[in-house]
Amino acid sequence: MSHVEILTGNQAAAIGARLCRVQVVSAYPITPQTSLTESLSQSIESGELKAEYIRVESEHSALTVCISASSVGARAFTSTSSHGLLYMHEQLHWAAGSRLPIVMCCVNRSVGAPWSIFNDQQDAIAQRDTGWIQLYCRDNQEIVDTLIQAFRIAEQVYVPIMVCYDGFVLSHTNMPVEIPDADVVDAFLPPYKPRAILCPENPRNINPVIFPWRRPDAKGNLRDGYMELRYKLQAALDESRNIINEVSRAYAGTFGRDHGGLLWTYQADDAEVLFAAMGSIATEATTAVDTLRNQGLKAGVAGIRSYRPFPRAEVREALKGAHTVLVLEKDISYGYEGALCSDIKAALYGSDIRPSIHNIVAGLGGRDVKAREIVEAAQAALESISQGEREQTTWLNCRQGSWL
Amino acid sequence: MPENLFKIHKEEYMLPGNRACQACGLSLGYRYILKALRENTILTIPASCLTVLHGLYPTTSVSLPCLNTTFASTAASASGLVAALNVLNKPDTTVVAMAGDGGTYDIGIQALSGAAERGTDFIFICYDNEGYMNTGTQRSSATPMGALTTTTPIHTKQQHKKDMFKIMEAHDLPYVASISPAYPIDLYDKIVKAKRIKGTRYIQMTAPCPPGWGFAPRDMVKIARLAIETGMVVLFEIEDGKFRFTGRSKTLAERGNKLPVINYVERQKRFMKMSIEQLSQLQRWVDGKWQEYLKRAD
Repeated sequence: MSHVEILTGNQAAAIGARLCRVQVVSAYPITPQTSLTESLSQSIESGELKAEYIRVESEHSALTVCISASSVGARAFTSTSSHGLLYMHEQLHWAAGSRLPIVMCCVNRSVGAPWSIFNDQQDAIAQRDTGWIQLYCRDNQEIVDTLIQAFRIAEQVYVPIMVCYDGFVLSHTNMPVEIPDADVVDAFLPPYKPRAILCPENPRNINPVIFPWRRPDAKGNLRDGYMELRYKLQAALDESRNIINEVSRAYAGTFGRDHGGLLWTYQADDAEVLFAAMGSIATEATTAVDTLRNQGLKAGVAGIRSYRPFPRAEVREALKGAHTVLVLEKDISYGYEGALCSDIKAALYGSDIRPSIHNIVAGLGGRDVKAREIVEAAQAALESISQGEREQTTWLNCRQGSWL
Repeated sequence: MPENLFKIHKEEYMLPGNRACQACGLSLGYRYILKALRENTILTIPASCLTVLHGLYPTTSVSLPCLNTTFASTAASASGLVAALNVLNKPDTTVVAMAGDGGTYDIGIQALSGAAERGTDFIFICYDNEGYMNTGTQRSSATPMGALTTTTPIHTKQQHKKDMFKIMEAHDLPYVASISPAYPIDLYDKIVKAKRIKGTRYIQMTAPCPPGWGFAPRDMVKIARLAIETGMVVLFEIEDGKFRFTGRSKTLAERGNKLPVINYVERQKRFMKMSIEQLSQLQRWVDGKWQEYLKRAD
């Protein structure tokens, strides 16, 4: 029988990885990911989980180990945060280009300089264009559930998945989490069937140099050039929209919890003012919505669960009735605006949905974001919209003025 | 152990025709390395001359399975292969990582040190052509003093070659060896021996490079032999810490007839700007290393 435990986000992730019966784990310690990898090494050393744990000397090597392990047919898992993720950058591209269904937990943390160990989502957002699917979790329950879904999605589309959750806010905060039964998870997530396995019986040269144009193989058949392979990766991420939704529905059918596939909503049906956000700050926005509703404002939340692939159709559907959208996010694309805000705007381009869109950059480097502050930011945004400011970026709870 | 060439495995794992340069030292040595490794081997290689030798998608000149990986990650890639093969109950497959000197001495050293410290059960082979030859002969930390490269184009390289053997030996490896394509039987014996040993085995092959070093393709084997005969490269193996000279280097050590380095240097254009002072420094450096080896062989 499934049972409920009080768990931190990292403990929940470790249980999720165990339930997925990962076969090769490779990780390098970094705050706030550490307790997740400690927990997995405990499970593997104790024999509870039959897997190889490679204690590598860097994150670059951690992901490399997952890439080669996955290439010979093992289910591979890693996790990291912040600078660790940045250090993996080259291998992120390599993993996606190799079309390997690796799953990684990114315990979101800000990036230096200067040093900050605290939470924001700049680390994962900075890896947006590496070809990985990025799924964001609201709470610790969603971490376990998303991990199990992630392997099933990844192993269908052969694209690696980053399961992102906020450092400390989730990773080190205790919450009740329902743990699914192992045999039910086994039925939901069958063993990994590799697409092209590297083995001595059928020798291949995997990921060699490839030319821009298509070239014939030894039998004269034209094979893909670089651009065809890139198109296929893009097509796979496009297709993964359906798979993410399907797997989410199947999960809800089996385990009774529906996290919404690509996008979830809260009080959105009649909402005139909608927050769009990812991760735990979206959960905070639901509390703000309750306050705003008590004040008579029809507010709601559109929670982006899948940042890549980006759910354009679902965003349009969720935002179609709102006159104002407040994009609340813990990242900044320097020299423009919050990355999520740009994507929301792009999703609406060419449609008849034309709300005022204000961007609220919040919580960078772990600065606390209270529901009360979100309420105040919403009121201020509505005030400036009433004065004609249809588009604006504000920095929540931040002294502004000087650029040097 | 084969006593002559006729005992070397007949099977060819390098197919006729590949993209290596004419008289590539790596190409010749690789053929014997693969013959010694045989089937049930998985290779992993970073961006390097070897990537080019293996061919362009969708054709390849090598009939053993190979996983290409990024420049810094060769030994980590091998670690992942070993881990997965273990967990999938295929522990008998030999995992071989092979990188150039850039991918070993420079950008690959962190992953290599990590894998060696963990005692990863694999063979790491560095083919040492003493520079970034694939990108057009830039300086690496394996380039010898006095050599011209495209990034030391006027003053030549000012520093001696890094002693990678000492670095790898400091990891307490069960097997460290040096091989040369000019001495294929010695090479073959060492790869066969390495294959039977468990743990991290480090093997380094000198790989004379006609375009990068500046000598005629027909002289490749001659240059490789002179490297040994002058002591610029020494053939040896270190088994569980016990050093022994092998092959031609053993004869040189016994007879004491090592040639002066000028015999090696004068035949390569890369040394044409070398000063007299650099030449004597290089000679002292070679003699110093040789004396260390002689002491260890006692």
